[in-house]
Amino acid sequence: MPKVVVDVMPKPEILDPQGKAVLGALPRLGFSGITDVRQGKRFELEVAGEVTDELLADVEKMAETLLSNPVIENFTVRVES
Amino acid sequence: MRVGVVTFPGSLDDVDALRAVRIGGNVGVPLWHGDHDLKDVDAVVLPGGFSYGDYLRCGAIARFAPVMTEVIEAAGKGMPVLGICNGFQILCESHLLPGALIRNDHQKFVCRDQVLRIENAATPWTSAYAQGQEVTIVLKNGEGGFIADEETLDRLEGEGQVVARYLGTNPNGSLRDIAGISNERGNVVGLMPHPEHAVEELTGAGTDGLGFFTSLAAATFV
Repeated sequence: MPKVVVDVMPKPEILDPQGKAVLGALPRLGFSGITDVRQGKRFELEVAGEVTDELLADVEKMAETLLSNPVIENFTVRVES
Repeated sequence: MRVGVVTFPGSLDDVDALRAVRIGGNVGVPLWHGDHDLKDVDAVVLPGGFSYGDYLRCGAIARFAPVMTEVIEAAGKGMPVLGICNGFQILCESHLLPGALIRNDHQKFVCRDQVLRIENAATPWTSAYAQGQEVTIVLKNGEGGFIADEETLDRLEGEGQVVARYLGTNPNGSLRDIAGISNERGNVVGLMPHPEHAVEELTGAGTDGLGFFTSLAAATFV
Protein backbone atom coordinates (compact mmCIF):
# COMPACT_ATOMS: atom_id res chain seq x y z
CA MET A 1 0.00 0.00 0.00
CA PRO A 2 1.62 3.29 -1.02
CA LYS A 3 1.92 5.88 1.67
CA VAL A 4 2.43 9.62 1.52
CA VAL A 5 4.33 11.09 4.44
CA VAL A 6 3.98 14.72 5.50
CA ASP A 7 6.58 16.00 7.96
CA VAL A 8 5.71 19.22 9.76
CA MET A 9 8.39 21.16 11.65
CA PRO A 10 8.33 24.45 13.53
CA LYS A 11 10.08 27.12 11.43
CA PRO A 12 13.72 27.57 12.44
CA GLU A 13 13.10 31.06 13.84
CA ILE A 14 10.12 29.94 15.96
CA LEU A 15 10.78 29.05 19.60
CA ASP A 16 10.08 25.35 20.22
CA PRO A 17 9.47 24.94 23.99
CA GLN A 18 8.77 21.20 23.64
CA GLY A 19 12.08 20.62 21.88
CA LYS A 20 13.80 22.66 24.58
CA ALA A 21 12.20 20.52 27.32
CA VAL A 22 13.45 17.35 25.61
CA LEU A 23 16.91 18.88 25.20
CA GLY A 24 16.93 19.68 28.91
CA ALA A 25 15.97 16.11 29.83
CA LEU A 26 18.73 14.42 27.82
CA PRO A 27 21.72 15.28 30.08
CA ARG A 28 19.68 14.34 33.14
CA LEU A 29 19.36 10.86 31.62
CA GLY A 30 23.09 10.68 30.96
CA PHE A 31 22.97 11.42 27.22
CA SER A 32 25.52 13.94 26.01
CA GLY A 33 26.61 15.53 22.74
CA ILE A 34 23.19 16.85 21.66
CA THR A 35 23.16 20.61 21.16
CA ASP A 36 19.58 21.18 20.00
CA VAL A 37 16.25 19.38 19.66
CA ARG A 38 13.33 20.47 17.46
CA GLN A 39 10.06 18.59 17.77
CA GLY A 40 7.69 18.20 14.84
CA LYS A 41 4.88 16.00 13.60
CA ARG A 42 4.77 13.20 11.03
CA PHE A 43 1.56 12.34 9.20
CA GLU A 44 1.30 9.02 7.33
CA LEU A 45 -1.43 9.09 4.71
CA GLU A 46 -2.55 5.73 3.30
CA VAL A 47 -3.48 6.03 -0.34
CA ALA A 48 -6.17 4.06 -2.16
CA GLY A 49 -4.63 3.21 -5.53
CA GLU A 50 -1.73 4.93 -7.22
CA VAL A 51 0.07 8.05 -6.08
CA THR A 52 -0.58 10.46 -8.93
CA ASP A 53 0.64 14.03 -9.41
CA GLU A 54 -2.93 15.13 -8.84
CA LEU A 55 -3.03 13.34 -5.49
CA LEU A 56 0.30 14.83 -4.45
CA ALA A 57 -1.02 18.28 -5.33
CA ASP A 58 -4.02 17.53 -3.09
CA VAL A 59 -1.74 16.43 -0.26
CA GLU A 60 0.18 19.72 -0.59
CA LYS A 61 -3.15 21.51 -0.21
CA MET A 62 -4.05 19.39 2.85
CA ALA A 63 -0.68 20.15 4.39
CA GLU A 64 -1.09 23.87 3.77
CA THR A 65 -4.66 24.19 5.03
CA LEU A 66 -4.93 21.69 7.89
CA LEU A 67 -1.84 19.64 8.71
CA SER A 68 0.42 22.66 9.18
CA ASN A 69 0.02 26.30 10.13
CA PRO A 70 2.16 28.19 7.59
CA VAL A 71 2.63 31.05 10.06
CA ILE A 72 4.75 28.90 12.36
CA GLU A 73 5.51 25.64 10.53
CA ASN A 74 7.15 24.27 7.39
CA PHE A 75 6.23 20.94 5.80
CA THR A 76 7.62 18.43 3.34
CA VAL A 77 5.73 15.80 1.35
CA ARG A 78 7.25 12.49 0.20
CA VAL A 79 6.07 9.10 -1.05
CA GLU A 80 6.96 5.88 0.76
CA SER A 81 6.27 2.51 -0.78
CA MET B 1 -27.78 43.21 21.51
CA ARG B 2 -27.97 39.49 20.79
CA VAL B 3 -24.55 37.97 21.42
CA GLY B 4 -23.93 34.39 20.32
CA VAL B 5 -21.49 32.15 22.17
CA VAL B 6 -20.30 29.12 20.22
CA THR B 7 -19.95 25.76 21.96
CA PHE B 8 -17.41 23.46 20.33
CA PRO B 9 -16.72 19.92 21.59
CA GLY B 10 -14.26 20.67 24.41
CA SER B 11 -15.28 24.29 25.04
CA LEU B 12 -15.00 25.04 28.76
CA ASP B 13 -15.98 28.65 29.26
CA ASP B 14 -19.04 28.92 27.04
CA VAL B 15 -21.46 29.01 29.99
CA ASP B 16 -19.38 31.61 31.83
CA ALA B 17 -19.22 33.66 28.63
CA LEU B 18 -23.01 33.53 28.22
CA ARG B 19 -23.39 34.63 31.84
CA ALA B 20 -20.95 37.51 31.31
CA VAL B 21 -22.86 38.55 28.18
CA ARG B 22 -26.06 38.75 30.25
CA ILE B 23 -24.41 40.59 33.15
CA GLY B 24 -23.02 43.01 30.57
CA GLY B 25 -26.57 43.93 29.54
CA ASN B 26 -26.90 41.85 26.37
CA VAL B 27 -28.90 38.77 25.41
CA GLY B 28 -26.82 35.57 25.37
CA VAL B 29 -27.58 33.16 22.53
CA PRO B 30 -26.02 29.68 22.62
CA LEU B 31 -24.63 28.65 19.22
CA TRP B 32 -23.64 25.12 18.24
CA HIS B 33 -20.46 24.29 16.32
CA GLY B 34 -22.26 21.89 14.00
CA ASP B 35 -24.94 24.34 12.81
CA HIS B 36 -24.65 26.62 9.79
CA ASP B 37 -26.72 29.13 11.77
CA LEU B 38 -25.87 32.28 13.71
CA LYS B 39 -29.50 32.71 14.89
CA ASP B 40 -29.64 36.41 13.95
CA VAL B 41 -27.05 37.45 16.53
CA ASP B 42 -25.37 40.87 16.37
CA ALA B 43 -22.03 39.67 17.72
CA VAL B 44 -20.21 36.40 18.45
CA VAL B 45 -17.94 35.20 21.25
CA LEU B 46 -15.66 32.21 20.69
CA PRO B 47 -15.04 31.00 24.24
CA GLY B 48 -12.06 29.42 25.95
CA GLY B 49 -11.39 25.74 26.47
CA PHE B 50 -9.86 22.90 24.53
CA SER B 51 -11.93 22.57 21.36
CA TYR B 52 -11.43 19.14 19.80
CA GLY B 53 -9.01 18.31 22.61
CA ASP B 54 -6.44 20.72 21.17
CA TYR B 55 -5.67 17.92 18.70
CA LEU B 56 -3.32 18.81 15.81
CA ARG B 57 -2.92 22.46 16.96
CA CYS B 58 -5.06 24.54 19.31
CA GLY B 59 -8.04 25.76 17.31
CA ALA B 60 -6.96 24.06 14.07
CA ILE B 61 -9.93 21.70 13.84
CA ALA B 62 -12.51 24.10 15.32
CA ARG B 63 -11.58 26.50 12.53
CA PHE B 64 -13.28 24.11 10.07
CA ALA B 65 -16.43 23.57 12.17
CA PRO B 66 -19.61 24.31 10.17
CA VAL B 67 -20.54 27.39 12.24
CA MET B 68 -17.15 28.97 11.48
CA THR B 69 -18.12 29.39 7.82
CA GLU B 70 -20.86 31.78 9.01
CA VAL B 71 -18.64 33.43 11.65
CA ILE B 72 -15.89 34.14 9.11
CA GLU B 73 -18.38 35.54 6.60
CA ALA B 74 -20.10 37.73 9.22
CA ALA B 75 -16.74 38.96 10.56
CA GLY B 76 -15.83 39.97 7.02
CA LYS B 77 -18.98 42.11 6.91
CA GLY B 78 -18.06 43.84 10.17
CA MET B 79 -19.84 41.81 12.86
CA PRO B 80 -18.05 42.12 16.21
CA VAL B 81 -16.30 38.84 17.09
CA LEU B 82 -14.39 38.25 20.33
CA GLY B 83 -12.16 35.19 20.72
CA ILE B 84 -11.05 34.44 24.25
CA CYS B 85 -8.05 32.13 24.83
CA ASN B 86 -8.93 29.07 22.71
CA GLY B 87 -11.21 31.44 20.78
CA PHE B 88 -8.17 33.65 20.06
CA GLN B 89 -6.34 30.55 18.80
CA ILE B 90 -9.31 29.71 16.55
CA LEU B 91 -9.33 33.27 15.14
CA CYS B 92 -5.62 33.01 14.29
CA GLU B 93 -6.09 29.58 12.70
CA SER B 94 -9.01 31.07 10.69
CA HIS B 95 -6.70 33.88 9.47
CA LEU B 96 -9.21 36.42 10.83
CA LEU B 97 -6.29 37.60 12.96
CA PRO B 98 -2.59 37.58 12.04
CA GLY B 99 0.08 35.62 13.91
CA ALA B 100 -0.19 32.45 15.96
CA LEU B 101 -0.18 31.25 19.56
CA ILE B 102 2.44 28.76 20.64
CA ARG B 103 3.27 26.88 23.84
CA ASN B 104 4.29 29.09 26.76
CA ASP B 105 8.04 29.72 26.64
CA HIS B 106 8.49 28.41 30.21
CA GLN B 107 6.64 25.18 29.27
CA LYS B 108 4.16 25.38 32.15
CA PHE B 109 0.45 26.07 32.31
CA VAL B 110 -0.10 29.46 33.92
CA CYS B 111 -3.13 30.49 35.99
CA ARG B 112 -3.11 33.87 37.71
CA ASP B 113 -4.65 37.32 38.08
CA GLN B 114 -2.92 39.32 35.35
CA VAL B 115 -2.54 43.07 35.06
CA LEU B 116 -3.15 44.37 31.55
CA ARG B 117 -3.16 47.75 29.86
CA ILE B 118 -5.98 48.44 27.40
CA GLU B 119 -4.03 49.77 24.41
CA ASN B 120 -6.98 50.35 22.11
CA ALA B 121 -10.29 51.47 23.65
CA ALA B 122 -11.85 52.13 20.24
CA THR B 123 -12.91 48.57 19.36
CA PRO B 124 -16.54 47.44 19.87
CA TRP B 125 -15.27 45.15 22.66
CA THR B 126 -13.18 47.71 24.57
CA SER B 127 -15.05 51.02 24.22
CA ALA B 128 -16.16 50.87 27.89
CA TYR B 129 -12.52 51.25 28.96
CA ALA B 130 -10.38 54.35 28.98
CA GLN B 131 -7.42 54.35 26.61
CA GLY B 132 -4.42 53.11 28.62
CA GLN B 133 -6.57 51.87 31.52
CA GLU B 134 -4.92 49.22 33.69
CA VAL B 135 -7.14 46.26 34.54
CA THR B 136 -6.72 42.93 36.35
CA ILE B 137 -8.15 39.95 34.52
CA VAL B 138 -7.76 36.21 35.07
CA LEU B 139 -5.28 34.48 32.78
CA LYS B 140 -5.06 30.69 32.28
CA ASN B 141 -3.27 29.12 29.37
CA GLY B 142 -0.73 26.56 28.23
CA GLU B 143 -0.31 27.84 24.68
CA GLY B 144 -0.64 31.59 24.98
CA GLY B 145 2.61 32.82 23.48
CA PHE B 146 1.63 35.26 20.73
CA ILE B 147 4.06 35.32 17.84
CA ALA B 148 4.24 36.96 14.44
CA ASP B 149 7.07 38.16 12.23
CA GLU B 150 8.64 41.56 12.92
CA GLU B 151 6.89 43.21 9.99
CA THR B 152 3.46 42.04 11.23
CA LEU B 153 4.26 43.13 14.81
CA ASP B 154 5.30 46.59 13.58
CA ARG B 155 2.10 46.86 11.56
CA LEU B 156 -0.04 45.80 14.55
CA GLU B 157 1.63 48.44 16.71
CA GLY B 158 1.47 51.11 14.02
CA GLU B 159 -2.21 50.59 13.19
CA GLY B 160 -3.39 50.41 16.80
CA GLN B 161 -4.24 46.74 16.48
CA VAL B 162 -2.61 45.83 19.80
CA VAL B 163 -5.71 45.84 22.02
CA ALA B 164 -4.19 44.78 25.35
CA ARG B 165 -0.69 44.28 26.69
CA TYR B 166 0.64 42.39 29.72
CA LEU B 167 2.07 44.56 32.49
CA GLY B 168 4.64 43.27 34.96
CA THR B 169 5.84 39.76 34.20
CA ASN B 170 5.17 38.46 30.72
CA PRO B 171 3.21 35.26 31.54
CA ASN B 172 3.82 33.20 28.41
CA GLY B 173 6.55 34.63 26.20
CA SER B 174 4.22 36.65 23.96
CA LEU B 175 6.22 38.94 21.71
CA ARG B 176 6.08 42.60 22.75
CA ASP B 177 3.96 41.56 25.76
CA ILE B 178 0.89 41.30 23.52
CA ALA B 179 -2.21 39.96 25.29
CA GLY B 180 -4.78 40.80 22.64
CA ILE B 181 -5.02 42.09 19.08
CA SER B 182 -7.66 43.12 16.56
CA ASN B 183 -8.03 42.88 12.81
CA GLU B 184 -7.53 46.00 10.68
CA ARG B 185 -11.17 46.99 10.89
CA GLY B 186 -11.22 46.50 14.67
CA ASN B 187 -14.37 44.35 14.82
CA VAL B 188 -12.51 41.07 15.41
CA VAL B 189 -10.62 40.91 18.71
CA GLY B 190 -8.58 38.04 20.16
CA LEU B 191 -7.62 38.05 23.82
CA MET B 192 -5.65 35.50 25.80
CA PRO B 193 -6.86 36.46 29.33
CA HIS B 194 -10.44 35.67 30.39
CA PRO B 195 -12.65 38.74 30.99
CA GLU B 196 -15.70 36.45 31.41
CA HIS B 197 -14.16 35.20 34.68
CA ALA B 198 -13.84 38.75 36.03
CA VAL B 199 -17.39 40.09 35.99
CA GLU B 200 -18.62 39.49 39.55
CA GLU B 201 -17.20 40.43 42.96
CA LEU B 202 -18.08 37.04 44.43
CA THR B 203 -15.59 35.17 42.27
CA GLY B 204 -12.30 36.07 40.68
CA ALA B 205 -10.14 39.11 40.96
CA GLY B 206 -12.90 41.72 40.63
CA THR B 207 -15.08 43.02 37.83
CA ASP B 208 -12.48 44.53 35.51
CA GLY B 209 -13.48 42.11 32.73
CA LEU B 210 -17.02 43.40 32.53
CA GLY B 211 -16.05 46.18 30.12
CA PHE B 212 -15.55 43.65 27.32
CA PHE B 213 -19.26 42.80 27.61
CA THR B 214 -20.74 46.22 28.43
CA SER B 215 -18.89 47.85 25.49
CA LEU B 216 -21.32 46.15 23.10
CA ALA B 217 -24.38 47.23 25.05
CA ALA B 218 -23.12 50.81 24.95
CA ALA B 219 -22.55 50.50 21.20
CA THR B 220 -26.25 49.76 20.59
CA PHE B 221 -27.21 53.22 21.81
CA VAL B 222 -24.71 55.11 19.67
